[in-house]
Amino acid sequence: MKYYAAIREALRCELERDPRVFFMGEDVGKPGGIYAQSRGLQEEFGVERVRDTPAGELGFMGAAVGAALTGARPVVEISFADFIPVCLDQLVNQAAKIRYMSGGQARVPLTVVTFGGAGRNAGPQHSGSYEALLGSIPGLRVVMPSTPYDVQGFLKAAIRDDDPTIVILNKALLGLADDSEAGVEPIPFGEAAVRREGEDVTIVAWSAMVHTALEAADRLAAEDGVSAEVIDLRSIQPLDGETIGASARKTGRVVTVQETVSFAGIGAEVAAEVSRRAFGWLDAPVQIVGPPFTPVPFSKLMEEFVLPDAGSIVRAVREIL
Amino acid sequence: MGIQPELRLQMYETMLRIRRFEEETAALFAAGDLPGFVHLSIGQEAVPTGICAALDPADTITATHRGHGHILAKGADMGRMMAELMGKRTGYCAGKGGSMHISSLDLGVLGANGILGAGQPIAVGAALSARLLGEERISVTFFGEGASAQGGVHEAMNLAAVWKLPVVFVAEINGWAELSPYSDHVSVPSLVDRAAGYGIDAASVDGTDVEAVLDGAREAVERCRSGEGPVLLEARTQRWHGHFEGDRQLYRPEGEVAALPELYDPLVLQSDRLLELGIASEAELDAIERRVAEEVAEAVLFGRNSPESAPEDALLHVYSTDGRGGAA
Repeated sequence: MKYYAAIREALRCELERDPRVFFMGEDVGKPGGIYAQSRGLQEEFGVERVRDTPAGELGFMGAAVGAALTGARPVVEISFADFIPVCLDQLVNQAAKIRYMSGGQARVPLTVVTFGGAGRNAGPQHSGSYEALLGSIPGLRVVMPSTPYDVQGFLKAAIRDDDPTIVILNKALLGLADDSEAGVEPIPFGEAAVRREGEDVTIVAWSAMVHTALEAADRLAAEDGVSAEVIDLRSIQPLDGETIGASARKTGRVVTVQETVSFAGIGAEVAAEVSRRAFGWLDAPVQIVGPPFTPVPFSKLMEEFVLPDAGSIVRAVREIL
Repeated sequence: MGIQPELRLQMYETMLRIRRFEEETAALFAAGDLPGFVHLSIGQEAVPTGICAALDPADTITATHRGHGHILAKGADMGRMMAELMGKRTGYCAGKGGSMHISSLDLGVLGANGILGAGQPIAVGAALSARLLGEERISVTFFGEGASAQGGVHEAMNLAAVWKLPVVFVAEINGWAELSPYSDHVSVPSLVDRAAGYGIDAASVDGTDVEAVLDGAREAVERCRSGEGPVLLEARTQRWHGHFEGDRQLYRPEGEVAALPELYDPLVLQSDRLLELGIASEAELDAIERRVAEEVAEAVLFGRNSPESAPEDALLHVYSTDGRGGAA
């Protein structure tokens, strides 16, 4: 199944399973989504449950929060992750804090699906991911599936969970296919996946960078005879420190790679976990590979320049070998 | 539809409960017995009272940072409110919310809000879920002229109008947005002037007169219940105290604040009416006064005698699940 189709599959499954679930966003209904990720769902489930919204992320995100508070289970699509800041109050001050502020009375079973990631020449306002920002908000959960299987599993888990969860999908992966079929079970949050086992170095990545890391691992094996372990974080909040620590103790070397700038980023959290759990086993300092401290530029040449690729990962690994 | 004598009297009592609760809160705050800061609604009692008198228990409200009155009018227990103001474990939010964030899901109070203009989209969502789940309830949301400048309020009105949802937007216009006057925030004489831009029905009522508020609320609620979509109801009222307790209101014209009780007291207006119509005697009003005084005293006692929250309770209620299919 392809990545974009896994979105549709998970939505269809959950809409069918629970009448309290509804899906809304800009152009997700009749048009079926800009990536065909919800094509046919409005015909199948009706306009009340697969709803086109006016542009106005703050308003419809707030409406989703209110609906979640009063018995419904909304799934909201924010077409580009860069539009999350438009509705940030409803996520940060409302969805994330309402249960806490209410002393545990309230539940906010809200799922936000959004498309992040660079590499498609979408320009500075359509290429960000914001996982570090969102992952630092108590009350929110953040997952970033890198495969169609994980898209299905995490979306289902998010929709069935009673807390607000943000599922950041990656535009660059929409056409990616794996051998998953319909019927993937929900995946628990907070469990990283070892995508490739190795002995000499651990490469930690998430979302699209997992595939770049796997490419780098292939090159390291072929060109340097280095055996790299690749860990896909999958879940940003909560973070699976245990899997990171175990791998670091095994290999003694860790490189993290991310699409977003490294300052106050998730790579720094990974480094902290490694330091806490594997300090005595380390043979080299943790390397954080990420773009320079700039927005994502539009021009293809400049975008390629700032984004990490397999080459930059290979170079970082060679530096600590 | 006329107003039953019992309801007229009951609304008076509700307003008095709000007034005395707020006065007690002011006194406790001045004495240093309440942490944080509080925003009081003295002078505005008729608005929440008249609105909530038109609602069913299942209907939901979102309140403002100046929300004690809204929550009391929706049926909240004074003791649990006072305990929350004191940060005690027995408070509505177990001491995690405080004055600005009181909620009671059981009473349909989806929350006061410390963010201006955040409650309106949430209220739209409550109406949306009612329709989706086939529930009869409607949704009411209070906001002021300050919040009226927020984009969220605009988006909420647009959404409710486009989706024809049962939302009553109650614009509680007290003349001030924090420390600056209405005219600094709004360019039209009345928020009703904005309604046409959304294609929604709107009316303005005298927010000092609880019965005028009730009449307006009944009409708005009726419209919502019959599926005709949202309504904007403006209630013009007066803020007697400062934006927050401790705000001396030096920015207001000299003598204005002192003159307010004489000119705009919703309690006097209603008690005069009750006496004039023979619905209540002086003695009966005195009895209500004593009853409310007792309720306030008990609420304070309940708050004071309630256990403090344990420091480590700060770790509870961040999530409701463990994210793995189990409870947190």
